[in-house]
Amino acid sequence: MTEPNNGNGPEVPAEGGLAAELAHMTEAELIEHEAEVAEVVAPDREIAVEVGETLLDIDNLTMRFGGLTALDSVSFGIRRGEILGLIGPNGAGKTTCFNAMTGVYRPTSGQVLLEGKPLGKLAKHNITRRGIARTFQNIRLFGEMTALENVVVGTDARHKTSVMGALVRSPRHFREEKEAIERAMALLDFVGIVDRAADKAKNLPYGYQRRLEIARALATEPKLLCLDEPAAGFNPIEKEDLMGLIRKIRDDGYTVLLIEHDMKLVMGVTDRIVVLEFGKKIADGAPSEIRENPSVIAAYLGVPDDDIA
Amino acid sequence: MTTTTTKTTTSGRRSLSEWWNTLNRPQQWAILIPLVVFIYALPVLNPPILTTEPGYDFPIAMFEVARYALIAIGLNVVVGQAGLLDLGYVGFFAVGAYVAALFTSPDSMLTKLPFLAVLPIAMAITMVFGVILGSPTLRLRGDYLAIVTLGFGEIVRLLADNLEPLRGNQGFQQVGHPPGTNADGSAIFNNTDGTPWYWLTVTIIILVLMLVGNLERSRVGRSWVAIRDDEDAASIMGVNTFKFKIWAFVIGAAIGGLSGALYAGQLAFVNNQKFDVVTSILFLAAVILGGSGNKVGVILGAIIVAYIPARFLGIAEYRFLIFGLALIVLMIFRPQGLLGARQRLLTYGRQAYQRLLGKGEQISKDAPVATDKNGGQ
Repeated sequence: MTEPNNGNGPEVPAEGGLAAELAHMTEAELIEHEAEVAEVVAPDREIAVEVGETLLDIDNLTMRFGGLTALDSVSFGIRRGEILGLIGPNGAGKTTCFNAMTGVYRPTSGQVLLEGKPLGKLAKHNITRRGIARTFQNIRLFGEMTALENVVVGTDARHKTSVMGALVRSPRHFREEKEAIERAMALLDFVGIVDRAADKAKNLPYGYQRRLEIARALATEPKLLCLDEPAAGFNPIEKEDLMGLIRKIRDDGYTVLLIEHDMKLVMGVTDRIVVLEFGKKIADGAPSEIRENPSVIAAYLGVPDDDIA
Repeated sequence: MTTTTTKTTTSGRRSLSEWWNTLNRPQQWAILIPLVVFIYALPVLNPPILTTEPGYDFPIAMFEVARYALIAIGLNVVVGQAGLLDLGYVGFFAVGAYVAALFTSPDSMLTKLPFLAVLPIAMAITMVFGVILGSPTLRLRGDYLAIVTLGFGEIVRLLADNLEPLRGNQGFQQVGHPPGTNADGSAIFNNTDGTPWYWLTVTIIILVLMLVGNLERSRVGRSWVAIRDDEDAASIMGVNTFKFKIWAFVIGAAIGGLSGALYAGQLAFVNNQKFDVVTSILFLAAVILGGSGNKVGVILGAIIVAYIPARFLGIAEYRFLIFGLALIVLMIFRPQGLLGARQRLLTYGRQAYQRLLGKGEQISKDAPVATDKNGGQ
């Protein structure tokens, strides 16, 4: 008899389950399976801009809280199909920038344009429907729901069943429910946590929770996926896995904006990096350029006293 | 591919709902149908162990229990599922009762309508009140919302006290009832025989449970639970939180209004006496006691809150003291209520989890669950 697992690692699944099947697949079967999964995961999104063109444009974004200027005329673009890293020392304004993009804060001035159209004063849920999804620095899952239900909530962002439709169970309700479960299962498989799909989110191990947040965000069919420190609290092996996952997400046709402290991860996975310091953009370029950039080095390591004079 | 397995548990703490989920559909029906028949037969059987007589007419006591159960189901949508603390629920109940009285009592100046036609009207009007109360207040959260709803309940009561057409303490006599007469010419639904009213209410409860269950296993129920768990995260995941909070309020209000109209019909009299804050708190106590968020739980809570004072008349006067103490003890030892919440939020969830785990049980990792192998490994 298996000892009850207290949420410290993957559970041995029961016989005959999907997870058990996965465990017994050969490599060729696994590759085929992954391709199938990827097909369900990446839906047909209508994206107005071509690969390589600007998907999201942050234009002179300023964010003030009373006397504190958290973001000071920050401008940068995110091109479709790239992984953009947003880095900076603590308090540089990275998460503020995220919050201003996703509608949590209203920018003091400046604007955010998705596919050339300003997000303006759209409500948070409408910004998500326009195509920006995010995860949270401190995990914010729906703890009382199972992992599967969490992801299905993400898919609901694209659903149109009305309250009346749900009440009398319209054909659309059944169709959407069926599709939602298929896609949610595929997404859990995609991020590698399908073996715990039936567990309440609050009982999942930490790494699973982080991955579940990514699956839930992907479920909203975003054009741009924003990850806020997804590797926080991960050990090097888990970070390595996460880098693989982020690349896989990009290869599936998503555009990724990544906030991260871990330099190795950022340098290893991003195509381009934007550096913030005290709410200002101090650098923007390929990882190799950023590594050599004197102002970035100064921001992170400080400047010797002699140089200031 | 249902694998029938003998389940063993590592501890004896496996919950009722987990056991229920291990049963297949025919087994569930085999338990449900006799249970429902028994529930319908209760006022006729009048079992000596359950009876509240001679102190309190048993069928009427059963109607009271059913009425509380309906209220608890409605309030559970608001408090249990969407997590909106509503202390003024009695306001909706009162609106329902007054609508029934205004459209059926000869004391009212309005056009008279058949009682059964008034039920949907009472629901519609309380829904309007739900929107009126909800749209300005649902921007508030937690304690603030609780205070505003408390105020709403009081406003309704004070209106009943002071508005001339609502006749204050004098009230409305001869409120209507459903049609039909006995052999001797007296109405089937009269105010001394609780049995027909009980049957009507139980039937309504079953219908309401099915409809609320439909909502729970849809994007609506998921939105509610998401809002309850983390409202900000819900809105960032694309949930129109304001819209779904209003809907929770409106649906809860409609059920409250419906039970108010039934109450008015059974009593055949409505005045301003029964709609105070204490009643509202008693409704809430039923929900919290039974298990906020669990439909079966809140019905159990309603049974306790309504039945105990009728059964033990000696303690009826101290019921608030007793329920208060019971709630305190419960909050210390079992904060989730007698039956903890576990919603099933997916229409095809059963099949999905079955496919996933190779068995029919939806596992909740709150209680240790053993695997199928007996003593293996």
